[in-house]
Amino acid sequence: MTALTVAALTLREASRRRVLWALVVLTAALLALSAWGFSRLAGLETSQGTLTSGEARLVASQLLNLVMFGMSLIAALGTAFLAGPTLAGEIESGMALAVLARPVRRSAVLLGKWLGLVAFGCGFVAVAGLAQFLVVRATVGYWPPSPLSGLALLAAQTVVLLTLALLLSSVVSTMASGIVAVGLFGATWVAGVVGGVGEALGNDGVARVGTVSRILLPTDGLWRGAMHAFQDPTALSQFGFQNSGFPFLSEAPLTVAYLVWAGVWVAMVWGLTAFSFRLRDI
Amino acid sequence: MPSDTTAAVGSAADLLAALPPSPAVWCSGLRKQYGRRTAVDDVSFTVQRGEVLGLLGPNGAGKTSVIKMLLGLVRPDAGEVMLLGRPARDPLARTGVGYLPELFRYQPWLTAAEVLALHVRLARVRVPAAEQRDCLTLVGLAERADDRVGEFSKGMQQRLGLAVALVARPELVVLDEPTSALDPIGRVDVRDLVLSLKARGVTVLLNSHLIGEVERVCDQVLILDGGRVAASGTLDELLGQQEVRLHLGGVDARAEARLRAGGPLSRSGDWFTVAVPADDAGTTVPQLVRDLVGLGVSVHAVEPGRISLEERLLGILRREPGDGRS
Repeated sequence: MTALTVAALTLREASRRRVLWALVVLTAALLALSAWGFSRLAGLETSQGTLTSGEARLVASQLLNLVMFGMSLIAALGTAFLAGPTLAGEIESGMALAVLARPVRRSAVLLGKWLGLVAFGCGFVAVAGLAQFLVVRATVGYWPPSPLSGLALLAAQTVVLLTLALLLSSVVSTMASGIVAVGLFGATWVAGVVGGVGEALGNDGVARVGTVSRILLPTDGLWRGAMHAFQDPTALSQFGFQNSGFPFLSEAPLTVAYLVWAGVWVAMVWGLTAFSFRLRDI
Repeated sequence: MPSDTTAAVGSAADLLAALPPSPAVWCSGLRKQYGRRTAVDDVSFTVQRGEVLGLLGPNGAGKTSVIKMLLGLVRPDAGEVMLLGRPARDPLARTGVGYLPELFRYQPWLTAAEVLALHVRLARVRVPAAEQRDCLTLVGLAERADDRVGEFSKGMQQRLGLAVALVARPELVVLDEPTSALDPIGRVDVRDLVLSLKARGVTVLLNSHLIGEVERVCDQVLILDGGRVAASGTLDELLGQQEVRLHLGGVDARAEARLRAGGPLSRSGDWFTVAVPADDAGTTVPQLVRDLVGLGVSVHAVEPGRISLEERLLGILRREPGDGRS
């Protein structure tokens, strides 16, 4: 009951704050830019002549992944900067005092905030992602092989990041939590790229950098799974892109074990947040 | 057997019902340390239902920390709290509690009416919308019910905080510096509000720097200094006796004996000071003056005097300087 009340409050906050408008403007800009770019792709003249349809599909795959990365970045920034103020900001400003003096459990308040943010983040990913697919389909006629599981993984990535941002905001200040969460997100992505290069070069040590970072923070792993769901498998194998280390193509789908680990990771970080929030003097 | 059990349960319920109601607030041995600084040290007190307790003390005396420990916002290092008969560890103990924090801030993206509706839901109490509006009217915000809180001045936000504290039909209202952002009219409003709560039998815990306000509305006073209880009791207990100063001429032995009969006497030249018991029904002084005139004493002036709470507070604080005061 408390959790649902707080979740509704969090959604209302998100809809009434400027964050939502910032997200809408950024997403619209990204969609417009990508529509323009994809429309130029069809019938593109290159130094080797016009792109064949297979080549066009491969390029579309890559570009879609690139644009979806932009989208996931917007989702990450948006939710991380919403999650930060929600705990730390309310404690600092005193807004939490009147709420927590009500007959509510702190864990229920936290669950409500988390649910509200999850609904917001997933809603954003679903709407913006679907809009992007439609743009690509209208411009180059490409439709990703498994759009739903791809969007679900992208949403899962957002959930991982906002859970981390909530944990950080229960221990450090508002701005710091947003910045650290987004910084870690970027660092994991870079580590994933480094790992990919290691794999391409057959250097196990370098490849391990990606693996370890993907386990410590599952955002990059989930992102790679999402990419795999968005790209055209036939085009990929046709052009022999296996093990190339290219950051906007993914060679393998996610394993069930990894998905389970991502779930366990979210539960663990949530539990830590609840623990630190329970002990905190307001 | 079942009928026996029912009877037993019934008599147990009767026994419980016959018990006097548990205190609104009971705390014992509260202690809180922030780093090396002891903010609250061994604070214990009780507020009976329907009483108004004033919490007084200098800045940094630990008043707000005590309030936050009562409400479960700050974890005490030691000590126990019961609110309205339930241990404060249980969040349900706060069901009948309304709270206006010292640092009052409400969701700026909500309207005043929405803030009240949110608190009613969190308190799990059914309060009709009309009653919620009445609450806003009571604090003078009826016209602004549908305006966003972000547009409110400090004073209006504090008024909204009062409405939040009152909206869920509380049995205990905790007001932490409720007049800090209010103009003189607002202060009078708060005083009237506390008096009307008292008249309705609602328990009030009032932390205020305005000693005059506390003196007017409180039954009990708790003075904290350096995190410890420096003094506590009813106003009469704390303020002790009243006194009357008389400027007299032609005082002889008989007149002096009459003066002594009124209460402990002190003299400075022609001025005599008689300490009158606090429970005096108001007859001692007129009777004394009448008798003195009868004894041929010329009475030039009679000045009633009562030690104010402010003087008493300053006396207590100067006598026992706190260790942890900044």
